[in-house]
Amino acid sequence: MAEKTMTITDETGVHARPATILVNKAGGFKSDIQLAYNGKSVNLKSIMGVMSLGIPQGAEITITAEGDDADEAVNTIAATIKSEGLGE
Amino acid sequence: MTKVVIQDLLDRFNLELLTGEAGVQREIFMSDISRPGIELTGYFKYYPKDRLQLFGKTELSFLEELTTEQKKDRFLKLCAEETPALIITRGQEVPTEMMEAAQAAGVPILRSPHKTTRVISRITNFLEAKFAPFTAVHGVLVDIYGIGILITGQSGVGKSETALELVKRGHRLVADDSVEIRQEDYDTLIGNSPTLIEHLLEIRGLGIINVMTLFGAGAVRSHKKISIVMNLETWDQSKQYDRVGLDEETMKIMDVDVPKMTVPVRPGRNLAVIIEVAAMNYRLKRMGVNAAEEFSQRLTKMIENGQDVGGDSTNGNM
Repeated sequence: MAEKTMTITDETGVHARPATILVNKAGGFKSDIQLAYNGKSVNLKSIMGVMSLGIPQGAEITITAEGDDADEAVNTIAATIKSEGLGE
Repeated sequence: MTKVVIQDLLDRFNLELLTGEAGVQREIFMSDISRPGIELTGYFKYYPKDRLQLFGKTELSFLEELTTEQKKDRFLKLCAEETPALIITRGQEVPTEMMEAAQAAGVPILRSPHKTTRVISRITNFLEAKFAPFTAVHGVLVDIYGIGILITGQSGVGKSETALELVKRGHRLVADDSVEIRQEDYDTLIGNSPTLIEHLLEIRGLGIINVMTLFGAGAVRSHKKISIVMNLETWDQSKQYDRVGLDEETMKIMDVDVPKMTVPVRPGRNLAVIIEVAAMNYRLKRMGVNAAEEFSQRLTKMIENGQDVGGDSTNGNM
């Protein structure tokens, strides 16, 4: 079980395109990956789930993963969020 | 946890705000409603000050028996810091002392034209629904012949595609990909879509489509009770799948056990038809017709009769 909390800095928040990038990255892992924001948790492999959260700028999000490649999954997704300028 | 404020009550019900405009953002913490009859007599030991306080005909007519001093004292205590609001039913007049105390404490007074018991039951129902335990599940919720089926399974197994096929066959989509579920009572699960993705379906290769504009208003519904969970998984040669249907598997969502079926997915397997039949079979079972059980009984009879007729020999095929 791996976990990481990040803050969204992109002014448009987690919009459709960045959400797609994250979901595609998450889809490459075997682990069950969850994204939590504002007390709601969704599957990070599901584009509709991620977008349904409507995550704005300044939001604090938590990524959790459970499975064989959990640590790698969380690190890769966190790195993607940073490299896309989405959050830190 | 959902936050419910007085403004939500005003939006939902036909209530008149008599005073305390500044207090409309006061939070309601619980669905219980108090009728402060005993408190009006001066007994405040167990006063549930964090509940909505409702004044019906009995409470207000008792109040007339009190002196002005007593009334002032009672309302001063009734308008506690945590008290969300005072509600007057049957469109009754607000006593001056009540108005003054509420104004001083910033507690809103709401008035309803309806009967006290009616107001209690409607507000309680509304609040119970708001405070109901809540969770979100990855899956697709569809209404098939009136049965709510939650399709779950790994990402990419074909949940949304199956839902699309079902919608094309005239069934209704409730939610795609993320289903918000709340528990009502102790045995009912109600699923709905997050507002942002209502009526939408994501199909790989096509993107996001709007089921309501494509298929019409009859192809969607806003919420549905969940009766069956259908778990799709890629066919695993080494795994045993239910072949007869005598055992009922269940899945626990919050405190409720929902019947669960695991359906293996393989190219060429028409999942939409399987789900339709599962829904019809579920209805049949509820009407008392259980094909698997009936078959099992027939088999038992056959075996018993066969032994009777054939005695101890192997010639048991009647």
